[in-house]
Amino acid sequence: MMVPGSITEVQQAVHSVQHLRVAGGATKSALSCDATLSTRKLSGVLEYEPSEYTFTALSGTPLQDIVNTLVEHNQFLPFDPPLVESGATLGGTVAAGLSGPGRLRYGGLRDFLLGTRVVTGGGRIVLGGGKVVKNAAGFDIPKLMVGGLGTMAILVELTFKVFPRPERYVSLRVDFEFLQQALDFQSDLMTSPLELACLDFVPPGTLWMRIGGMATAIEKRVDRLCQFVGDSARVYRDQEDEEIWRSAREFHWVPPEHDLVKIPILPQQIQVSESYLSGLDCEFPRRYSMGGNLLWLAWPREQQRGLLDEFCTQLQRPALAVTGNWPVPWLGPRQDNLYRQRLSSVFDPESKLARFPAGVGQ
Amino acid sequence: MERKPGGLMNASKLFEQLRRLYPPDRLLTRPAQLAPYESDGLTAFRARPAGIVLPETQDEVIQTVKLCYQHEIPFMARGSGTSLSGGSVPIQDGLLIGLNRMNRILQYEPKQRIAVVEPGVINLAVSQRATFDNLYYAPDPSSGPVCTLGGNVAFNSGGAHCLKYGMTSNHVLGLKVVLPNGEVCQLGGDSLEMVGPDMTGMFVGSEGLFGVALEITLRLLPKPEVYYTVQAAYDSLAKAGDAVTLVVASGLLPGAMEIMDRLSLDAADAAVGAGYPSDAKAILIVELEGIAEEVEAEKPRLHELIEKSGAYLVEVAKDDEQRLKIWTGRKSAFSAVGRLSPDFIVQDGVVPRTKLGESLVEIDRLSREYDIRVANVFHAGDGNLHPLIMYDGRQSGALERAECLAGEILRHCIRLGGSITGEHGVGLEKRGYMREMFGESDLEFMFELRHAVDPLQLANRGKMLPMAESPVLTTRGAHPLEKQGIISRE
Repeated sequence: MMVPGSITEVQQAVHSVQHLRVAGGATKSALSCDATLSTRKLSGVLEYEPSEYTFTALSGTPLQDIVNTLVEHNQFLPFDPPLVESGATLGGTVAAGLSGPGRLRYGGLRDFLLGTRVVTGGGRIVLGGGKVVKNAAGFDIPKLMVGGLGTMAILVELTFKVFPRPERYVSLRVDFEFLQQALDFQSDLMTSPLELACLDFVPPGTLWMRIGGMATAIEKRVDRLCQFVGDSARVYRDQEDEEIWRSAREFHWVPPEHDLVKIPILPQQIQVSESYLSGLDCEFPRRYSMGGNLLWLAWPREQQRGLLDEFCTQLQRPALAVTGNWPVPWLGPRQDNLYRQRLSSVFDPESKLARFPAGVGQ
Repeated sequence: MERKPGGLMNASKLFEQLRRLYPPDRLLTRPAQLAPYESDGLTAFRARPAGIVLPETQDEVIQTVKLCYQHEIPFMARGSGTSLSGGSVPIQDGLLIGLNRMNRILQYEPKQRIAVVEPGVINLAVSQRATFDNLYYAPDPSSGPVCTLGGNVAFNSGGAHCLKYGMTSNHVLGLKVVLPNGEVCQLGGDSLEMVGPDMTGMFVGSEGLFGVALEITLRLLPKPEVYYTVQAAYDSLAKAGDAVTLVVASGLLPGAMEIMDRLSLDAADAAVGAGYPSDAKAILIVELEGIAEEVEAEKPRLHELIEKSGAYLVEVAKDDEQRLKIWTGRKSAFSAVGRLSPDFIVQDGVVPRTKLGESLVEIDRLSREYDIRVANVFHAGDGNLHPLIMYDGRQSGALERAECLAGEILRHCIRLGGSITGEHGVGLEKRGYMREMFGESDLEFMFELRHAVDPLQLANRGKMLPMAESPVLTTRGAHPLEKQGIISRE
C-alpha cells in the first residue's frame, strides 16, 4: 500500500504505477477493498474560518475530526455524512458521494463542496472551484468529484461550506398499519412548511422524523408536529434522539453477513420496491431515507446478486454497493455516455483509476 | 489549437439546410432582424450573428446543432439574453439559437417536489406554477421575471438567497443535453440522490461550452411559512458591513442579507420611489424566513444584533406589500443606476465575508482615484459584491477607464482569496481575469475538457476561457433599445 504524505507524493505514486485505487478510512469495503493507495497521511484541517462558514482540509482527514472541530464553534456539516464514528474520511465520503438522513433540510454533499485540489489519473495537479461560499468562475470540477469513486482523480484537498448547528433536536416516531398510509403521510410532510431535518421510512410502517432549531422554539414546533401527525406519535429528546440518528447514520441496523447498497429512487417507487422485496423469500433490512429519495438496502450475502440487479433494473435506478466484496460496485442500469467518456479521457487518459478491481477490466 | 470558423461557403450551405428545417419566420437573416440580438445584458460588447433560428422543439435544436457541427459553424444558444458578463453575446458570423419558444413546463410533480422544464422557461414561471402547492424554485436572480432557466443553468445563476439555499447548480437534479456534436445525453436524474460522478453539476455553469440543455429537472422547495424582513439604516457603510458579521457569528442563518450604499439608494429611489431614509449612508436588508415558531424565536436575537451594530432606524415589513416594496427597491437598483449615468458596468466579484468592510474601503479609494462614481449593492451574506461602475460612453476613453477600475476591483477580490464572479459568470467580460484567478495549468486543463467535449470549439466559442479567442465587436454606449427605454438591465 502506498501512503503518500503530500500532493507531490500522490503525483509520484500516480506516475509510478499502471493502476491505482484509493482508500481513505476503508469503511466502505465495496469501494476500497482493492485499494493500493491510502490517504491516511493526508490528514488535517488546513484552514477554518468559522465566520466565513468554510473550511479546507486534506482528503484523508477523518470526518470525526472535522465534526469535533466544527462543534467547538457551533457549526456542522449540513449534509450529515454517514459512517463518521466508523472512521470515514472526508475524501472517501466525497468520492462515494454519500450524505446522511439530515441532507433533507439543506441539501446533500454536492451542495456543500466548494473547491477541490486533486491529482488526476494523468498525474496532473488541478485546482477547481474556490474557497468562498459563492463562486461561478470556471468549470465546476468539484461537483464531478462527488460520487466519482476516485475514477477521475485522487482527491487531496477539499473546501466545504458549513452552517450554524441547530441548538436542539427532537425526533418523532409514528407507526402506520398500512404502507400506503405511511407513504401518503410522508408525502404530506415533504410538501409542508414544517422544515424537517430528517424524514425516514422504515418498512413495514414506521416514519421517523426529526426537527432542529432554536432551543426556545423547539417545543412549540414539537407540539405543532404532534398535531400534524396525531396522538400516536412518540417523542424522543436528547440522548434518545441522538441515538436514533446515530444508528441510522452509522448503519447499526445492517445485520452481519449483509452488504449495504445505496439505491436512489423516487417516493412513488416505494410501493413497487416494497412489493418486489416482500415477494422474495428473504428478509431485507432497509430504510427509505430523505423523504423517500434514497433506499438503503441490506442485501444478505447468501442471496443471489442477480436478483439485486434485476430489482434495480425494474426500478430503472442505478445503484452502488457500499460494503461487501463485489466485482464492480455499480449495479443496475449504468448511466454512461459520451459526455462522461470525454471528460474521463482528460482526467484519466490511460485509465489508471477507472478500473474495478484495480487493473482488471471495466 | 484554435480552429477557424467554417467560413462563408460553409455558412451558406448551413443556411440552405436550415431553410428546410425552419419556416421563414423562425430563421432570421436580415440585418434588421439580427440587430436586436447583437448584445446582451452587458451592452459594451456587440457582435452580429450570421443568422438566428428560433426552434420550437428539442428535435429542431438537435438538428440545428448537428448541422452546425457538420458545417463547422460556431453557435450560441440563448434565452432572454440577460447575461451581465457578455456570456450570451452572439458569435460574430456564427449561428444564434434563440430558445425562448421552448418554454414549456414538461412535467410538474408537486408530491415529488420536482419540475422538468424546457430551457426557454422563465425563471419566475416555475415558482408561479408551483405556488398553489406552496412550493417554489429557490434561485432568484434579479432578472427572474425575464431570464430563462437554460441561461440560469449555463451560468449557474445566483440571487439574494444563495447563502442558505445555494445557486442554480444546487437545484438542478438532472439534464437532457445536446453535446456540441449533436449527440444527446441524459445527465443525473430526478431523485435528490444519485450514484456515479455528478455530471449534472459539471454541466451547470459551463457557460454553454459543453452544449445546450434541452430539458432541466429542477428541485422545488416548500415555501417558507413566514418571512420577516427588516430594513436597517446606518450612518456609515462600514457599520452595515459589521452588522452582517455580527449576524453571521450569532448562529442565525437568514434567507438573505443585502446592503445598498447611498448612491444605489438614490438610484432606486429615483426609479421606483422606494422611500429610503434620505440621510442613510447604507441600508441593510435582513430577511428571516421559515416556520413561524422558529422565526418568532429568531426575531429578538436579530433585533438585539442590529441594535448593537448601531443602526439608527429599523423598519420591519408589516405585510407582503411592504416586503415586496423593500425587495423591489433592492432588485431595481441595477437598472435604476441607469438614471444616474448613461452607462455602467456591473461586477460581481466575491470576497470572504469578513473582508467586506476592507473591500468597500478599497472600492471607495479606487472610485476617488479614478474619479469615477461607483454604486454598491451587494449580497452581503455571501460576500458577493456588485459595484456598479458609472461612465459616459460618449466620452472618449471613458469605457476603458471604467473597465480598468473594474479590473482593479476583481484583482482585489482575487488577492483576498475570493472569486472574480459569484453569479454572473465569466462570459466575455472576465475572460482576461481567469489567468489571475486560476493557474496556467488549471486553465489549460479546463481548456482540454472543453476540447474533449467540443473539439471544434463550436458551442459558445470565445466565452469563459481566455485561450479560446474569437473576435468581438465592441461599441460604446447603451444598447439602442435601452436608450429608447424598451429594454433595461435588471
